[in-house]
Amino acid sequence: MIDDRYELLIVGAGPAGMAAACEAASHGVRVAVLDNQASPGGQIYRNVDRASDRQDRILGKDFVKGRSLVERFKQAGGSYFSDASVWFLDEKRRLGVLIDDKSYFVGADKLLLATGAQERPMPIEGWQLPGVMAAGAGQILLKSAGMVPEGRLVLAGTGPLLLLLAYQYLQAGVKIDALVDTTPRGAVSRSLGKLFGALPAADYLLKGLKMILAIRRAGIPVYRGVEGLSAVGEEKLEAVRFDTGKTGLKKLTDVELRADTLLLHQGVIPNIRLPLAAGCDIEWEARQQNWIVPTDEWGRSSDADIYVVGDGSRIAGAEASALQGRLAAMHASHELGQMDAAKLDALSGPVVKSRKRHLSIRPFLDSCYTPSASYLVPDDATLVCRCEEITAGEIRQAVQLGCSGPNQVKSFTRCGMGPCQGGQCGSTVSLIIAQQLDKPMTEVGCFRVRPPLSPITLGQLSEA
Amino acid sequence: MFKTIEDQAADTVEILVEGAAHRVPANISVAAAALLCGLSTVRETPVTGAGRLPYCMMGVCFDCLMKINGQPNQRACQVMVAADMTVERQLGAAEFEDL
Repeated sequence: MIDDRYELLIVGAGPAGMAAACEAASHGVRVAVLDNQASPGGQIYRNVDRASDRQDRILGKDFVKGRSLVERFKQAGGSYFSDASVWFLDEKRRLGVLIDDKSYFVGADKLLLATGAQERPMPIEGWQLPGVMAAGAGQILLKSAGMVPEGRLVLAGTGPLLLLLAYQYLQAGVKIDALVDTTPRGAVSRSLGKLFGALPAADYLLKGLKMILAIRRAGIPVYRGVEGLSAVGEEKLEAVRFDTGKTGLKKLTDVELRADTLLLHQGVIPNIRLPLAAGCDIEWEARQQNWIVPTDEWGRSSDADIYVVGDGSRIAGAEASALQGRLAAMHASHELGQMDAAKLDALSGPVVKSRKRHLSIRPFLDSCYTPSASYLVPDDATLVCRCEEITAGEIRQAVQLGCSGPNQVKSFTRCGMGPCQGGQCGSTVSLIIAQQLDKPMTEVGCFRVRPPLSPITLGQLSEA
Repeated sequence: MFKTIEDQAADTVEILVEGAAHRVPANISVAAAALLCGLSTVRETPVTGAGRLPYCMMGVCFDCLMKINGQPNQRACQVMVAADMTVERQLGAAEFEDL
């Protein structure tokens, strides 16, 4: 079973975590990986080792590519714990984990957090209605269960994942009734200057172009520059309502599309809960409009014994994340005495170079798909905290009463106090406060993270 | 509102969803199964009693809380289906005697 202590303890078996584990194990480091899913792959390669041929064809070669990493990871020789839920972590790298209904405390000389991204919340009016889901959820259903929506389907929002999902649904023969694009008007043309810098990653640009052309060829109605998006319905989603920017020649107002399923997306953001629990510094990244965990070139956070890599540190995509995982593992192997400085230098050189190429696409993508302020900071009537059902208006009221940050707002309103512990609404709450007080995000801060970080019963806790 | 792309799943299990027997693919989450079985809501919120369906499918949002094998407050997207599992909607906050 699980040991009391490892030289390198990794949380997350996505690209970064798997690649780090392979690398560290190959240098003789005693490594263990904890992951909360049933099989390795993270969200990007989710279920890749069990996917059917049909799923492979629909999801495409960038998904199938993950299979070789998963295979290497399985044979890497470290310890791997699936369905492992981390419920505790402190600044001394003491970690509490629940595996098979049993709770354990584990220590580590070096900790590597590779907990990936979550979808950026897209709080629009009616987003809590049954029938409205995150686009990532739609893709997870396709990857993990071979499931696709039936009935009238609308995809709405902005960002590469929304286009990818539309493309994959087309491959699966799913009819998409409309693509409602909330990318700010002019964002793409304003970003063209960043195209030159993205040329080393031309493969990404070509993939994007292929998706856009396929969507156009399929004749899916596309509404651009969309403002005032809302989901309408009594008990469940009945329609999607919005105004458009200019489509063709005219601007449309009060467009209403009947819909059974609405999938929302406006990018992904680092999941910083574990880094916060471990006491790592965070920073607000204005270009991506999200918190990041700043690291050095080896992926070390403000705590030199804690590496934070992959999308959980800063959004970089699967390939760059895997390479960063390898770099961190090389460095940890060096620090743990398994590799001298010369070897570290020689091994890391090509990886640094390759990572740089993959990262070269980010400035262009970040600039194209930064959500507009109206979708980041919703109007008063919109629900922000889905658990405690707190609206943006109630948050603003609390700020007006004198609450100066998210933790005070939480005490006053219960916003962020529900079962998700602010994981879903946290970034929206901070943005609302920052806008109202006209303060920088770093000053406003974010919800404090407290254990239990994931659900655990008193019985399980008492056995730890 | 969701269907499978495969005509026939290789492995299936029978589960009880709101008292009715359903045969669903093995290796899918309870949340996926609930959607496949056509549940219109998986829970009613403790605050206003509004109906909800799974939202994020990756353990972040807690909107898929259900009662699984009698145990309330389970994230249905994080639990895999198993033969003879009972799955019920969670109505409001969990009752103390259920915990």
